[in-house]
Amino acid sequence: MNAIALARSRLAWPRRLPLPGTAQGAAFGKIVLNEARLARRSPMPIIGSIGLPVVLMIIFGEIPSSSQVVSTLGGLTLFDVYLPIIMVLGLTMLTLLGLPGPLVSYRELGVLRRLSTTPVPPSWLLAAQVVVQLGGALTGLLIVNVVSVIAFGAADPKSPAGLALSCLLAIAGLFALGLLIAAVAPTSGSVNAISRLALIPLMFFAGLWLPRPLMPQILQDISNYTPLGTAVEAIQDAMQTGFPPARPLLVLAAYAVVFGFAARRFFRWE
Amino acid sequence: MGLPAVQISHLRKTYGPLVAVDDVSLSVAEGEIFGILGPNGAGKTTTVECTIGLRNADSGTVRLLGLDPRTERDQIREIVGVQLQTGAQPGKQRVGEIIEEYQSFYREPADVGELVEVLGLGPKRGDYYKTLSGGQRQRLSVALALIGRPKVAVLDEMTTGLDPQARRDTWELIEGIRRRGVTIVLVTHFMEEAERLCDRVALIDSGRVVALDTPAALAERARGGKTVRFLPSAPFDDRLLTGLPEVTGLEHAGQHVVVTGTGELVNAVILALHAAGLTARDVQLDSSNLEDAFVKLTGSHLHAEGAAA
Repeated sequence: MNAIALARSRLAWPRRLPLPGTAQGAAFGKIVLNEARLARRSPMPIIGSIGLPVVLMIIFGEIPSSSQVVSTLGGLTLFDVYLPIIMVLGLTMLTLLGLPGPLVSYRELGVLRRLSTTPVPPSWLLAAQVVVQLGGALTGLLIVNVVSVIAFGAADPKSPAGLALSCLLAIAGLFALGLLIAAVAPTSGSVNAISRLALIPLMFFAGLWLPRPLMPQILQDISNYTPLGTAVEAIQDAMQTGFPPARPLLVLAAYAVVFGFAARRFFRWE
Repeated sequence: MGLPAVQISHLRKTYGPLVAVDDVSLSVAEGEIFGILGPNGAGKTTTVECTIGLRNADSGTVRLLGLDPRTERDQIREIVGVQLQTGAQPGKQRVGEIIEEYQSFYREPADVGELVEVLGLGPKRGDYYKTLSGGQRQRLSVALALIGRPKVAVLDEMTTGLDPQARRDTWELIEGIRRRGVTIVLVTHFMEEAERLCDRVALIDSGRVVALDTPAALAERARGGKTVRFLPSAPFDDRLLTGLPEVTGLEHAGQHVVVTGTGELVNAVILALHAAGLTARDVQLDSSNLEDAFVKLTGSHLHAEGAAA
């Protein structure tokens, strides 16, 4: 009887919000800390998403011709054009590899199922993973931007607020895509396969091989509505022109919503 | 006796056309080690999953310390510690980190240091999960089931895949946990484990409880009695023993005497011999075991089902 009375008297933990300063907040903090440790111990996604952009930027920065204004690029230098592409590339590596990989392996290992027998819902592990990867994404963007200004004399962005908003929406859209991949990929191996497959067209329309200003009109039009093409467009505008127009921002937001709902709809916990 | 720790009445659960649990009713008293025993696919794990709220039953009622796993799942998760049949942890997480993470989920958790010592994981606390042996992983899994100081611990195939030594260590551990007042539900298909640990056992076959009793009583029922074999210090008249109420039969095997019977057979035989000035040497109690009980009970169950069809 005692145990029953005790069990009833305890209020169940609110299952949705781990607020700071509460026991739930502490538990969530513990999960985030552990996820960060795990990310550090398997650092390939982080290296790929921070190291690769920095290396690419250094290469572009060291090519003498990349600092010359090119008329076919709308009066920008090659470096100016590639900076947003490099930023988006880093985010993409992170969301396609860093985010879904651990989540799918947790499902495979039965960690999510195991968690659902504890007072903590398994969705917290997902949220913790997003927090950790978000930290990686913001760090990567910060490093790329600081290095571009300090080492290569890139101009300060025309609209810092527009740049921040564009980056956050790009992160939201891409993270939602990463969660969708985590939702549908049956195994860790298939995460890699799906991600590699998705990476090529995504990065093509971002302009990695052919910058957007050089694309034929039809490809530019398509690019405007792809997640990475529109992200590059918004970031480019914020850096070179001013606050980006509504369309690329709305397209990014729409991707975040659509991918996010699809991920929620299809996510399997076991 | 107070309210039962676990009360299951007419539980039924199907997956499409597959009937995983047909009709299971059982009751586990507080402080008991209760075994759920049966072959693979008998419905043991599904029964347990419905009990702890991982799955919703199709019909029937389940109460865990009075709580309904359908509607009071959150409360149940705070008072139940679960060890799942399958489940691993990320390879590059350290043992201590995993236990400390789970510790933070509970309000009044156990002490991590104490628990890893009891489970023999102390020296492994700083090691990566991937370096653990099968037995160590299993003990870690038990640690995670106990870190929240549960009122009820549900352990599913706890010793499967362990070597005999690790298995015996784990049994000792479970007995220690029970001494702390934890009710334990043990799912197993390992007869020796149930005989050694369980106060009572439910035999489940094809989604139904075919027998529910103490391991000794089940074994005896299967045998139709017990058998004592001994070498008497001198010949004696058979009627000395056949007259006893516990004895149902007596035969000679060379110089040995084999007595079959029920109840406190060994005591009755030894006392009668002693009263006649005799002693028994080389006494062997033929331990018909749960394994026999299981074969017999599930066999007759299947037969009965065939006859009904």
